[in-house]
Amino acid sequence: MKNIRYLVAGTFFGIVLVKAQVISWFRIQEMFQLTSFHMYGVIGTAVVTGIISLQLIKRFKIKTIQGEPISVAPKTFNKGQIFGGLLFGVGWAITGACPGPLFAQIGTGFTVVGVTLLSAIAGTWIYGALKPKLPH
Amino acid sequence: MQFLKFIQQPWHWSVSGLLIGLTVPVLLLLGNKAFGISSSLRHICAACFPADISFFKYDWKKEAWNLFFVAGILLGGFIAGHYLQDGNDIQVAAATQARLATYGVHDYSALLPPEIFSWSNVFTWKGLVFFVIGGLLVGFGTRYAGGCTSGHSIMGLSNLQWPSLVATCCFMAGGFFSANLLIPYLFKWLN
Repeated sequence: MKNIRYLVAGTFFGIVLVKAQVISWFRIQEMFQLTSFHMYGVIGTAVVTGIISLQLIKRFKIKTIQGEPISVAPKTFNKGQIFGGLLFGVGWAITGACPGPLFAQIGTGFTVVGVTLLSAIAGTWIYGALKPKLPH
Repeated sequence: MQFLKFIQQPWHWSVSGLLIGLTVPVLLLLGNKAFGISSSLRHICAACFPADISFFKYDWKKEAWNLFFVAGILLGGFIAGHYLQDGNDIQVAAATQARLATYGVHDYSALLPPEIFSWSNVFTWKGLVFFVIGGLLVGFGTRYAGGCTSGHSIMGLSNLQWPSLVATCCFMAGGFFSANLLIPYLFKWLN
């Protein structure tokens, strides 16, 4: 099964999310109350690491382990990044989680977050249903 | 078990950030996959309840790697939560602790406060706000924005995409509003 490698990568990523405490509701409150540098340090370091990695991949035309070329699709702007972004931000502070941490929170034993995850899936579905009527 | 003791401590932000950032090249090297997690919620909709909505009519099986990745996050959360914790309270800034006390949040023994995140709250107003409405906002907002913290703030910014910077600024603006103005008000009403 070629997808098992992503299960393994996800497992490592899940462990990192928990140990980084970025899945903690407390850390999210600190971030938005500007009382701790922790979250800014984590996200900032992650972005710098990502920028350097992508520059190296592009500069040296590094290929995937199967020898295929690597390409990253550019993001196109639409108003959803503003309206959707603001709404997600409000939800991020309430739940203490973005989508990835929802899965990790459930894994650590807070099974009640499964209700939040189902609601997030419902929210995604509602977006899909309303998409033609929303400003983009 | 020196090593186990060592990694059971909370990790420094620089180590954590480095490892999260390395997820970007790892997924590209494993199979040219762009790091992004909220898409998994769309694939779940497409797989389970497409309901003839055009946004959910695509071959989600081609994106199945994303579902394996989030299943891994769940598993990783289990491993770290059960075997890689040192059992100490989480260290939270004093100013935030003082503020949370006014919300009725006092228990720092886990990563999430049990005063909010427990099954006994599901069918209460607190549960409606923190699980249902919060979850709806996360799912609706990320999809409307075309990505979340991983897809925009980490993958998009790593690729120097300005729309991702706009999205990230809006995530933060929404969060500042929510944490400083909305949540205190919500607790006043809920407690």
